[in-house]
Amino acid sequence: MPTPVIGVGPASAYRRRMIRLDQLSKVYGTAPDAVTVLDRLDLAVDTGRVFAVVGPSGAGKSTLAQCVTLLEKPTSGRVVVNGDDLTALGAQDLRVARRRIGTIFQQDGLFSRRTAADNVALPLQYLGVTKAETRARVAELLDRVGLADKAKHYPHQLSGGQRQRVGIARALALRPSVLLSDEATSGLDPDSTASIVRLLRELRDDLGLSILFITHEMDTVLQVADSVARLDHGRIVEQGELTALLRDPDSALGAQLRPERLALPATAGDRVWSVAYAGDVPGDWVLRLATRLDAPVALLGASVEQIDGAAIGRATLGIPQTVDEAGVDAALRELGLAVRGAAIPASAAAASAAADDAAAAASDIRDSDDLPELIGARP
Amino acid sequence: MSLHSSNLVPLPDIPALVFPALGDTLIMVGVTMAIVVVVGIPLGAIVHNLGPDGLFPHRVGHQVLSWVISVGRSLPFLVLMASIIPFTRLLTGTNIGIPAAVVPMSIAGIAFFTRIVENSLRSVPRDYAKVAIASGASTFQAIVTAQLAEAVPSIIGGLTINTIAMIEYSAIAGTIGAGGIGYVAVTYGYQRFDHAVMIATIVILIATVAATQLLGDRVARALTPASRDRRRSARAARVPVAA
Repeated sequence: MPTPVIGVGPASAYRRRMIRLDQLSKVYGTAPDAVTVLDRLDLAVDTGRVFAVVGPSGAGKSTLAQCVTLLEKPTSGRVVVNGDDLTALGAQDLRVARRRIGTIFQQDGLFSRRTAADNVALPLQYLGVTKAETRARVAELLDRVGLADKAKHYPHQLSGGQRQRVGIARALALRPSVLLSDEATSGLDPDSTASIVRLLRELRDDLGLSILFITHEMDTVLQVADSVARLDHGRIVEQGELTALLRDPDSALGAQLRPERLALPATAGDRVWSVAYAGDVPGDWVLRLATRLDAPVALLGASVEQIDGAAIGRATLGIPQTVDEAGVDAALRELGLAVRGAAIPASAAAASAAADDAAAAASDIRDSDDLPELIGARP
Repeated sequence: MSLHSSNLVPLPDIPALVFPALGDTLIMVGVTMAIVVVVGIPLGAIVHNLGPDGLFPHRVGHQVLSWVISVGRSLPFLVLMASIIPFTRLLTGTNIGIPAAVVPMSIAGIAFFTRIVENSLRSVPRDYAKVAIASGASTFQAIVTAQLAEAVPSIIGGLTINTIAMIEYSAIAGTIGAGGIGYVAVTYGYQRFDHAVMIATIVILIATVAATQLLGDRVARALTPASRDRRRSARAARVPVAA
């Protein structure tokens, strides 16, 4: 039985949590030069879910990953995985507990002098599994990740995507219930990333794995995650279901996940409207809107994607200023579209294009550190 | 000149003088290197892992051990050899001959090799040890599989350098009557101006060192999968040209 945790709800809800981080802090150095990398962070990953953690570099993502397996010892707080409080375990018990967490590393972490098969065999070798059993399990794992024919290849003979597949096979060797992925797809080309993501989701479904997916790549999050949390300055600043965040026009994280594409400039006399929707919106809503308003509706920019089965769309529209603003607003809402921000008259829209560029740059959190320079460079 | 010529070794006798001496040198260096490897590898691994990037960092422990090794490294071999004569006699019961030479050579060699192993381990990506620990390895397993095993080619390279240094030390040890090629060079070539013997010893020393280096390079390359491949593909690429 897991030990009761203060502030946790009913036992059933507790058991569904595969990973729980309670008030986790990590401080490097000693006062007054101490650097707080993780600041009383709370996070929970439910069983069988892919939970992505995003954040700019320096937000504490790597430290978070290493604290989950206690490769880095947290300064305070608790790490509860599968009911075990890892922070309370001794060295021996910790080794046992770590075997239930498979870790996929950035740049695969394959040993260069071992073949793919020997790399996958590592955790089994550490555990002391017999040679025959090891061989059978390794063959099964390599087959699972689609690399049965590459068993005897050395890492340098494999592509980045293949190496990461070997890394995944190794992480699965001891049948863990939790996968921890620390920037596993960073540095891979889009095709390899997509195939790794597909594999992870298959594994999640087949093996009921809970996956903590740490990354700085927003595109990958859209492909892989059920839930997303944004880490900044060592704290979770926003989190939620991926679809809910994308649907929410006011969500900063949702906006970051879907970087705004530049829209066409509106014709003079038009007013620019930004709308977002998810799910129940008729496919021909632009036409319907024009009919309802009895006015031309110019589509200046739009994107529609399917995320986790739901259609998620965004659009920028140009509608003549002569049409009543409140009427447009009502018509849009009636169609199931959420209006983002205020409608901007075309002349002002052109003037604010520069500001929009800056905002678009800001919304891509990878570049957020460069933002002051970006603005400063503008004439 | 005639005074010296009477003492010169006749040319046909030179092989009989030089080759047994080479045998003595090889025994001296071989025994020393065996001791050096057995002691130096664990010691080097301990020093590395006591350091800031290690698996069990310990500032004081690291500094103390590091200081002891530096002392061993900083004494010129001749001084080290002379200063530990009481210790050598305690261990071997003698202060001349091969056994007496092996003791100071091992001490100097261990200090040298420990640094080489430490340096080799430092060049292994730190993440490998993390991978091992996260995969359920004990500290010992992590050191063996993630650090030493990955550093093997680099350690072999260091071992080659170390062996060559020991051949040089064996010549110095020769001056205290340890025998070996260095002893022949000093007593015949240097003290008796027997240029023929001197040249013979020089040739043999150069050949021995060159052979050691070649062997070391070959082994290191054979144990590095990436460079082994390059050779193979280079050879494969040559074949069609020849055909």
